[in-house]
Amino acid sequence: MQQWQRRPGFRLVDSIGSSALSSGTLYDKVWDLHQVAELPGGSTQLFIGLHLIHEVTSPQAFTGIRDLGLGVRHPERTVATVDHIVPTSSQARPFADPLAEEMLVTLERNCSEHGITLHGLGSGRQGIVHVIAPELGLTQPGMTVACGDSHTSTHGAFGAIAFGIGTSQVRDVLASQSLAMNKLKVKRIWVAGALQRGVYAKDLVLHVIRQLGVKAGVGYAYEFAGPAIEALSMEERMTICNMAIEGGARCGYVNPDATTFAYLKGREYAPAGEAWARAVAWWSSLASGPEAVFDAEERFDASSIAPTVTWGINPAQAIGVDENVPSLGETEPNERPLTEEAYRYMGLAPGTPIAGLAVDVCFIGSCTNGRLSDLQAAAAVAKGRQVAPGIKAFVVPGSEQVAAAAIAEGLDGLFREAGFEWREPGCSMCLAMNPDRLEGRQISASSSNRNFKGRQGSASGRTLLMSPAMVAAAAINGKVTDVRALLNA
Amino acid sequence: MTNTAFPLGPISSVSGSTVVLPGDDIDTDRIIPARFLKCVSFDGLGAQAFADDRSELKGDHPFDRPEHQGASILLANRNFGCGSSREHAPQALMRWGIRAIVAESYAEIFFGNCLALGIPCLGAEHSVMLAIQAAATAEPSRQFQLDVAAASLSDGQQSWPLELGSGPRQMLLSGQWNGTAQLIANASALEATAARLPYLGSFAAS
Ligand code: SF4
Repeated sequence: MQQWQRRPGFRLVDSIGSSALSSGTLYDKVWDLHQVAELPGGSTQLFIGLHLIHEVTSPQAFTGIRDLGLGVRHPERTVATVDHIVPTSSQARPFADPLAEEMLVTLERNCSEHGITLHGLGSGRQGIVHVIAPELGLTQPGMTVACGDSHTSTHGAFGAIAFGIGTSQVRDVLASQSLAMNKLKVKRIWVAGALQRGVYAKDLVLHVIRQLGVKAGVGYAYEFAGPAIEALSMEERMTICNMAIEGGARCGYVNPDATTFAYLKGREYAPAGEAWARAVAWWSSLASGPEAVFDAEERFDASSIAPTVTWGINPAQAIGVDENVPSLGETEPNERPLTEEAYRYMGLAPGTPIAGLAVDVCFIGSCTNGRLSDLQAAAAVAKGRQVAPGIKAFVVPGSEQVAAAAIAEGLDGLFREAGFEWREPGCSMCLAMNPDRLEGRQISASSSNRNFKGRQGSASGRTLLMSPAMVAAAAINGKVTDVRALLNA
Repeated sequence: MTNTAFPLGPISSVSGSTVVLPGDDIDTDRIIPARFLKCVSFDGLGAQAFADDRSELKGDHPFDRPEHQGASILLANRNFGCGSSREHAPQALMRWGIRAIVAESYAEIFFGNCLALGIPCLGAEHSVMLAIQAAATAEPSRQFQLDVAAASLSDGQQSWPLELGSGPRQMLLSGQWNGTAQLIANASALEATAARLPYLGSFAAS
């Protein structure tokens, strides 16, 4: 990435020492630093530090700037990859699906025409956009990150303000490196205690969404904090922030700390040499201080969380693996129409234990849970066991780097021996824009993030969201299984 | 589907008949299923709006029923447009013919995407929404008038109060909802902001 032209007389210490940085939440500080102007209409023009693009939401945006006679203002702050439409069985070009091929060709042409780096297939750096930007060190604390994809909230794990945008906004960022935005309020999600063995970040965030609902975050950024959050690895923090959007929060973040810095150190685009210490000092100054004031707060205890599974058609319709599908009486009155719709769509009666529910397809992957530690957790369950007869189980690494690291550890062989298919990186059956999809009413155990009706490629297909280890356990037993039983066996 | 021109310039009112989509949490996967995202242009999306819901209901979906053909105002309930950020969703609605939405609440990204297309999204309290939907259902051909400045909806006989923040309201009324030009115009402020962000200079020493 090119150096930015620095204005003469600029001193880094000015921004570190300014009073704006000494108090308030990380969200406030990052917002203030990136404010460009107040716009007529009351919104704020916000500078975008990192713009990530992919093949699905960018083509119409490039057409948009072309129609307006504009170029890309900061191609060096824009990074592209291809993820949603790539086949995961063979990535040979041209793709069998001509529409998918056309989308990739369009992205390639747009990137080369505008001087944008594209981490394409076989580059060693391709993968799901929310997996590759962190692992390349592109995502850093204190940045504003935008991408035409709602799970951009993932990047908040680094203490960045990261949010999904629509295609018109992609056009705006291409043209101006900025966006018209309204400031969010900040809700702190405080998690005390520690996760128990067999309980993962995915369970934690499903539990939070279950308790608060899918609308509680609307209008808010979620700051995830507290001892249980501080104890999480960067990959686990990404899982949590990834799903902030499923709780309605457009962005979620974790304050940067030693875990963040250790993860970033040495990554390709991370500061190096002399700049490293200055970067760490600046990043540290951005964290919400003890005097920060939050607009709202919710408290949880991680030690009480069980492996959590969705039973319905939104991510809040989740229960502990040892619980039963709730009765109407157990749900909020205004949730009841949706609950009844979920019984009908899922074919599940209230009171049914979720453990033991037979599944057809088991999918490990996605920007929620397609990173190395996710594959390791699933492999620990699959090791030395066999996928149950009749179950289709497959593992889709989140990126080429994740795949290479997993292969170096022999995880591909381990999964294959256990009866899983080992695939090429991409979004895959998270939203089934490629050939990986459910058929008819099939039920999947899935480590992805959305269990909406029709999400996984069949209009009547059903999705149970859970952690990658729980997906592996479901594959082994052919039914929803408490992974703790297998881990202790 | 209608052939009304897409929104352009200041938008002070939208008039026309309505289509009621009852139920909370109608997500963008339902508005436009993911398989239709495989396109490099938005042109064909109108016919694909609610494709799966429509085929499930075999012609009985509001978007298929003859009395709603040509409707321009969509009436929905809570958390409309949640889920994926895809702009394909408002694009599909717009290309089907929708020019304004009245709902109890919206997912934020969806609201912003609509605003950027010049589709006003107004809020209504629960009881107000039920009253509007009842009036619209009773007589599907009834013509409604949505007034952006006053934030209200009327059918010639009754008028219902709606909600619209002053920011979006002003953007719609002034035509600034199409904000790309505005963002570009602030070039020197953009430079100044960039200059105070240390990461853009690779954390160079001062
Ligand atoms: S993995 Fe799923 S949620 Fe993530 S970017 Fe891809 S399609 Fe979107």
